Amino acid sequence: MSHYEVKAGPEAFLPPAAASMGNVLPDPGEAHIGGKVVPEDEAYEKAARMVLGAKVPTIFPGPLVLWKWNDHVAEKAKAIRELALEAPMRIIPMADYRPKYPKIQQEVEINPNHPNLTIWHNKIDVCIFIGVHCHMANLSLKIIRGGTDCYTIAMCAMAGHEDACLSFRDADLTMINKLKATIKKLKSEGVESQAIPFTQFVMGRSGTIVAPA
Amino acid sequence: MNKQVELKNKGIVASKHVKLGQKNQKGQTYTDINDIFYKAEQTPNFLTGSEVIRAAIKVASVGTSVAYPITPQSEAAALIGELYAEGYVDEYFRGESEFAVMGQCAGAAFGGHRVFTTTAGPGTLRAMENFPMWAGSRLPIQVCVTCRGINSPLSIQPDTLEMHYLLETGMLVWHAETAQDLFDFILKGFIVAEQPDVHVPIAVCCDGFFVTHTKDTVDLPPDDICLTPYDPYRNPQPVMDMESAPIRMMRDPFVMKSNYISYATHASWQQEIKAAVERSRKHTIPLLDGLIDEENTDREILIVGSGTAVSQSREAIRLLEEEGIKVGLIKIKTIRPFPTEEIRRATKNAKHIFVPEFNLAGWLAREIKAILPDNERVYVGPHVAGGMTMPSEVIVEEIKKHLGMEVATRGTLG
Repeated sequence: MSHYEVKAGPEAFLPPAAASMGNVLPDPGEAHIGGKVVPEDEAYEKAARMVLGAKVPTIFPGPLVLWKWNDHVAEKAKAIRELALEAPMRIIPMADYRPKYPKIQQEVEINPNHPNLTIWHNKIDVCIFIGVHCHMANLSLKIIRGGTDCYTIAMCAMAGHEDACLSFRDADLTMINKLKATIKKLKSEGVESQAIPFTQFVMGRSGTIVAPA
Repeated sequence: MNKQVELKNKGIVASKHVKLGQKNQKGQTYTDINDIFYKAEQTPNFLTGSEVIRAAIKVASVGTSVAYPITPQSEAAALIGELYAEGYVDEYFRGESEFAVMGQCAGAAFGGHRVFTTTAGPGTLRAMENFPMWAGSRLPIQVCVTCRGINSPLSIQPDTLEMHYLLETGMLVWHAETAQDLFDFILKGFIVAEQPDVHVPIAVCCDGFFVTHTKDTVDLPPDDICLTPYDPYRNPQPVMDMESAPIRMMRDPFVMKSNYISYATHASWQQEIKAAVERSRKHTIPLLDGLIDEENTDREILIVGSGTAVSQSREAIRLLEEEGIKVGLIKIKTIRPFPTEEIRRATKNAKHIFVPEFNLAGWLAREIKAILPDNERVYVGPHVAGGMTMPSEVIVEEIKKHLGMEVATRGTLG
């Protein structure tokens, strides 16, 4: 069977799961770009270039890094913030997985059941999923590929995601820092961030404290 | 779909479980699956299939097992009760019905236990609603299905029709031919089903009585080692708690709203379950040494089967060989995922493909016909059902008849 390339969409009313098209997840030490398994190091460079080349690069941190359920997570969350600052990238959290009714606050949250709404509203062209449970990430990644032109990157702590355009596996603190270092290195080599200036909103328990400009 | 995953090495990525190397309360050492099967010394034992299920569960680090009597799995379920009494299984009780059992299994799995149960025939059908629920909830529960008739008038005898009903539940469905398969599939099944990229339930099926109630020689690892326990932190889906973050899926507003968003979510969810089944290939192929076994598949006549139909076919092939008719064999080990590419490749030179089955529906033949080019090559049969045996001579007769060869008229033999 021919290789199924996982590209930014919009692909179809209902795009297929890449695994059902024969795409196989990378082994430890590997990643995939567009469905093709590559050495992990190759993926850092590609991911960093995609982030720097995007107008609205955004990190979607999920519950696994938003809730401090162990000390390691706190370190990881800090590293994610540093990654966002280095690029720069916006942070829009996927705090929980419940569908948002009657309407999602697209500026400040994303939901796996209708991630396209947040991406469309904010014109997000490159995103990184991190700390999202694998099932919910895959649910979301297919919907994004189906209806948006956003390039999706997954920094998965487990086995990776075929449904992302680019996916790491076993992503830990070291790997997050390595992606940050790769971005920093490219910038030092003259690759400039194309991100549109923005003000990162800050959330408090009662809602948004600092709204985006 | 169905890209072939290459067999790099035997075994899968080694467990990193924190309890690896530690001892459980029975003094068994938590051991990586690769070491259990490929390093530990195996000792032959002469056991019934039911006893084999007991032997497997004894070293499977099962948290919860729920039982309900239905022939031919009752003995196995009772033997697991013995293991509970001896301290090898943490929780064990009898459910109110098969439907209740499968719901109780879901509860235990949601709670983070490795869960095992057994059922058969009408029990499988009564429990059916739970199987896609398990899959949709990403619960890696294992049910051993000791196949028997499902029809009225009541039959307790072997018949594989119930497997047909399991095919689109989102579960992995494996079919053991022998007691050895049964032991291996139970242990390896837990490991494959619990991989974070798979994490769906598994039905390890065997033919009731033919496997469960006959004795066979089975190589077993020592019982002072056992599987590493289930690790709920590798679950790709948080527990579907109705009220608590992060999932709150079951609470209003539920995903079941009638709007496009809801439909797209459900569609993507279903795709993800099927994708998870596909991902299991990567882990299953090295552990089972491929999804199929092949013998002489360069021949023009092939038999393709699963379960004990394979054993009967082996003997039929020997009988045909005595008459100078050369026949190859394909044994299918996993029905879900279905070994599409493997079967296409192995049958590419075949002119006649026979699919003997212990059911009248011929579901396996249908599956094979659906994936093969020139599928008029596939002969649907021979079939038996309702507990009939399938004598090797019947397979021989059917093949010869189909090939236009002379066959002794039934009733005039001797």
